[in-house]
Amino acid sequence: MTLLLNETEGQQVDSSNTPLLQIRNLEVGFRTQRGMVPAVRGVDITLYAGQTLAIVGESGSGKTTTAQSIIDLLPGTGQVTGGQILFEGRDLTKLSPKEIQDVRGRLIGYVPQDPMSNLNPVWNIGFQVEEAIRANNVAQGKDVRLRAIQVLQEAGLSDAADRLKQYPHQFSGGMRQRVLIGIGLSARPKLLIADEPTSALDVTVQRQILDHLGTLTRDYGTSVLFITHDLGLAAERAEQLVVMYKGKVVESGPSQEILANPKHPYTQRLVSAAPSLASRRIQSAKSGSADTAIFGGGSLDATLIERAAEREEAAPTKDLISVQSVSKTYRIRQQGLKYNELRAVDDVSFGIQRGTTTAIVGESGSGKSTVAKMILQLESVTSGRIEFDGQDVAGLKGAELLKFRRRVQPVFQDPYGSLDPQYNVGNTIAEPLLAHRVGTAKERQARVLELLDQVSLPASTRYRYPSELSGGQRQRIAVARALALKPDVLVLDEAVSALDVLVQGQVLNLLTELQSELGLTYLFITHDLAVVRLIADNVCVMKKGKIIEAATTDEVFDAPKQSYTQELLAAIPGGNFEFGRQ
Amino acid sequence: MQNRNHRSQEHYVAPFEETPIASVDRLDDSQKARSTWADAWDAMRRRPSFWISSALIVLILIVAAFPGLFAQVSPTHCLLALSNGGPEAGHPLGFTRQGCDVYSRIIFGAQASVMVGVLATLLVTITGVIIGALAGYYGGFLDTFVSRIGDIFFAIPTVLGAIVLMSVLPERTPATVALVLSIFAWPQIARIMRGAVLSARNSDYVMASTALGVSKFRILIRHVVPNSIAPVIVVATISLGTFIVAEATLSFLGIGLPGSVMSWGNDISQAQTSIRTNPQILLFPSAALSITVLSFLMLGDVVRDALDPAARARR
Amino acid sequence: MLWYTGKRILQMIPVFFGATFLIYFMVFSLPGDPIAALYGDHPPSPQVIETIRAHYNLDKPFIVQYLLYIGGFFQGDLGTTYSGRAVSDVMAAAFPITLRLATLALFFEAVLGVTVGLIAGLRKGKWFDASALVVSLLLISVPTFVIGFVLQFVFGVQLGWARTTVSSEAPYSELILPAIVLASVSFAYIVRLTRASVSDNLNADFVRTATAKGLSRRRVVTVHVLRNSLVPVVTFLGVDLGSLMVGAIVTEGIFNINGVGGTVYRAVKLGEGPTVVSFIAVMVIIFVVANLLVDLLYALLDPRIRYAK
Repeated sequence: MTLLLNETEGQQVDSSNTPLLQIRNLEVGFRTQRGMVPAVRGVDITLYAGQTLAIVGESGSGKTTTAQSIIDLLPGTGQVTGGQILFEGRDLTKLSPKEIQDVRGRLIGYVPQDPMSNLNPVWNIGFQVEEAIRANNVAQGKDVRLRAIQVLQEAGLSDAADRLKQYPHQFSGGMRQRVLIGIGLSARPKLLIADEPTSALDVTVQRQILDHLGTLTRDYGTSVLFITHDLGLAAERAEQLVVMYKGKVVESGPSQEILANPKHPYTQRLVSAAPSLASRRIQSAKSGSADTAIFGGGSLDATLIERAAEREEAAPTKDLISVQSVSKTYRIRQQGLKYNELRAVDDVSFGIQRGTTTAIVGESGSGKSTVAKMILQLESVTSGRIEFDGQDVAGLKGAELLKFRRRVQPVFQDPYGSLDPQYNVGNTIAEPLLAHRVGTAKERQARVLELLDQVSLPASTRYRYPSELSGGQRQRIAVARALALKPDVLVLDEAVSALDVLVQGQVLNLLTELQSELGLTYLFITHDLAVVRLIADNVCVMKKGKIIEAATTDEVFDAPKQSYTQELLAAIPGGNFEFGRQ
Repeated sequence: MQNRNHRSQEHYVAPFEETPIASVDRLDDSQKARSTWADAWDAMRRRPSFWISSALIVLILIVAAFPGLFAQVSPTHCLLALSNGGPEAGHPLGFTRQGCDVYSRIIFGAQASVMVGVLATLLVTITGVIIGALAGYYGGFLDTFVSRIGDIFFAIPTVLGAIVLMSVLPERTPATVALVLSIFAWPQIARIMRGAVLSARNSDYVMASTALGVSKFRILIRHVVPNSIAPVIVVATISLGTFIVAEATLSFLGIGLPGSVMSWGNDISQAQTSIRTNPQILLFPSAALSITVLSFLMLGDVVRDALDPAARARR
Repeated sequence: MLWYTGKRILQMIPVFFGATFLIYFMVFSLPGDPIAALYGDHPPSPQVIETIRAHYNLDKPFIVQYLLYIGGFFQGDLGTTYSGRAVSDVMAAAFPITLRLATLALFFEAVLGVTVGLIAGLRKGKWFDASALVVSLLLISVPTFVIGFVLQFVFGVQLGWARTTVSSEAPYSELILPAIVLASVSFAYIVRLTRASVSDNLNADFVRTATAKGLSRRRVVTVHVLRNSLVPVVTFLGVDLGSLMVGAIVTEGIFNINGVGGTVYRAVKLGEGPTVVSFIAVMVIIFVVANLLVDLLYALLDPRIRYAK
């Protein structure tokens, strides 16, 4: 169609040696009260036409700042303090605002991370797509609308013409991300910067969208600069890998080689700890496959494989927690006087044996968190029965309820929300002791110190406040608090999902150690099947309120019965290493 | 994914000395422990406007409490002969139309004006916090009922309602004026508190405390209220200033403090007729009032910036 | 949208009755003779007192009194003034004038306020922003009547650019100075609000995305930043109407305008309680209805409200 840019003509195979994007010794800093704080300290990245390169790093590595500085999307306090960003030979850092505006969208596209906050809630989708089209001169006049429809269709949205009039809050997360991808590619730019484009989405949706993105960029010949924290994902989707740590590049090169042969100690740690890679390693080690090496090597592996073998030999015992045909229905008020019934949990049954770790895995809306909350008696049970140590917990009140709470304690997902910011650490950990009137003040103090030691935090932590601590440290404090009353069961609701990879590994290690030390039973709620492989003995897979598969971890990974489970397994990043294998 | 490009790049590794890696998630022992309040205090004391406004407020409070320390001349010692006289020795700001010393009237007038402001703020804050917290936390019928009542009072603009009520009250003292103003102004604070309590109630730390076995009431007092009080403090500080202005407006209309009570509002009101001949006697009490209100507004702004979580993250 | 409108109207009804009841209650159920209290030192002639007593049905039970009172409102009977005129007549004459004044004031505060706030928010920390902050603080600290006196003196007496009092027809040209006085405090609040809103939105993710699309800075600021910053301003305008009404009383009093505010001013000064009560009751009703309209406007501006349950 004449509406399209002549993309195939514009993207000749680059036979020259000039890279499309060359970042040389880039330095970026942020102005704060304390002066200029460096975020990127001398980074070199080279990207050729048609290539996909992934920048991998944890939070604070500077990967997002690097990407944003390419087209000057830094927040007001940020600025490039040194180095060059050469795009097709032009130094982008030296361009005037008008020139950089011309580059944005037309030559370099951008796909941001969080689809909800990245679309303006007061304008409809069509408006936001069309203004991108107009701004980059892709079409004019009446053609703009047609082109917008085309953009949405290419992005994978059905009923594109109707969708134009809808608002962002009426779309699902995956649909919104498709819109953002469509906008980013609407002018057929030469380079697309994708900043964690799927981190906020469910795992199966992630895979679809990334596959789609791959197809589009391949068809248009677009180079992609991919930012991610997931090493497995990066290696799967990109040929070149750049690993960043604290504002510097520590290792870079072909993905497959970096995985097989990480040289820098930081990369080695990442490879060892990344759940996606670790789970694949364990799988292939158990199945005796020769391809183990492409997933790198890790220190945890031996322990985990041992544990897997132990589990197979252990004899079954009576259930500590028994969930029998439990359902939960919510009534939501709609317009008018009608009520809509939402079945969050639909006839769920499973058992948890003492001393084991049972994982409930599912995507958003599966009902897994609701099950956890019902077990914790934070939500009422609509129908069914939950038994703890033989006793029905549904009707418990008063002193009985308190006794139950002592034995079943939670750790929640958000390390930034689950600790009261006004309480210091010592008081936070001592709170359950106070609520259950355990011990004297002195005894409580001693217990606090004991707990801090158990979670490997120094004693001085007890005077600190949550705002001064990192996510991992806060989560460890949440664990310490949960252990204060010496419970039998810990319910961990996405307890490591919000943590950086290495910190996640550290917390998982801690949990595993504590389990064997204290004889704890874990109920682990997560959306990440790879983490399940690392920590769980038994798995329940939930979808839309129902358990669709429940078995031991080994069984689920070796021989998944349901197609949904297979989809989830296949969606674990790192499953498609095809490149470079001779 | 096929390798579409023929330029494969070398495997580069940064020199280890240049890129040392820290142990994972180590606690930084060097910094002192800091609570959110200590953090906010730290942010506030760096701002000059904090010191200026606090100093002014302290000064004004002292003047209101001990006017005798600041003015030797009695404010009620008025000689018609000195009417509209200009400044002279011992009377730096001249004389009113009745021949009273302007400066000393300002000093002694502070008491009534400031008292109305402080009293009204206290009443409004206490009622608003209690009602808002209970409504937001316990929800249900209590919440609906209280919110409707609040809506009804909110529908009557503060000064309008005060005009009506003051018109029928037989006695007018600073305390009654403060009471009348707070009757119509409490819904604002209650709403703010209720909103803050609602969001705190849904936070994870409340859920965690519930699951740990802490009683519902204890959670309200120990967790929810301290985390919700920040916006109320900001609005209360600013409201103090606006209450003083409201009293002045009521006095200007003639239904605030009775003429016998010395206040800035009354003085300004009585100086109306002299504006062409002797504008100072209107401007000086206005300036005193404005400086007072200004310092409360400034303090409110500084406190808001210090407590704002977004601004805190940027520090 | 229809559902939202219906819900809002339904919510308005108890507030309407509650607020008018509250006013009535305050006036007529406090101990003592309400007529004496209302008139204080200036009781009118006995015939007028009789009319008033009959009008307020003081011999009937309290609830009946209120219902008759409110019923009278709906029929346009708002009571009698000191001089025997029907309040509704006075209101009908005064209302258009105040409407003109209010429109001018709203225009000044909204247009100027948003513009200044926008520029201040865009140039946060620079001199324009600092001066805007200082000026707005000053405007809030100085009572409206003082601003009124000062401007009346400076522009009316000293410079002679404007009339110090407004004629009885009150054309727009004469209302400019009073409108500025009336708008000043609200202007200050709107500047602060817009500034904060703009400054927040500048750092919003969707603004970054808009910039990344290649839109010009001008478009990003007007279409995205400003548009989203308007929403809290609209909410504020609804609440602010209350202080605008109080300000109208003061301003119309100073400039001798024969509007609703001026009538209340004179009535208060003269101690005419019933007139004050009736007028203020009408003002409260206007306030409640206006807030309803503002809520609807808010829903138009923010689609999330429209489509929410």
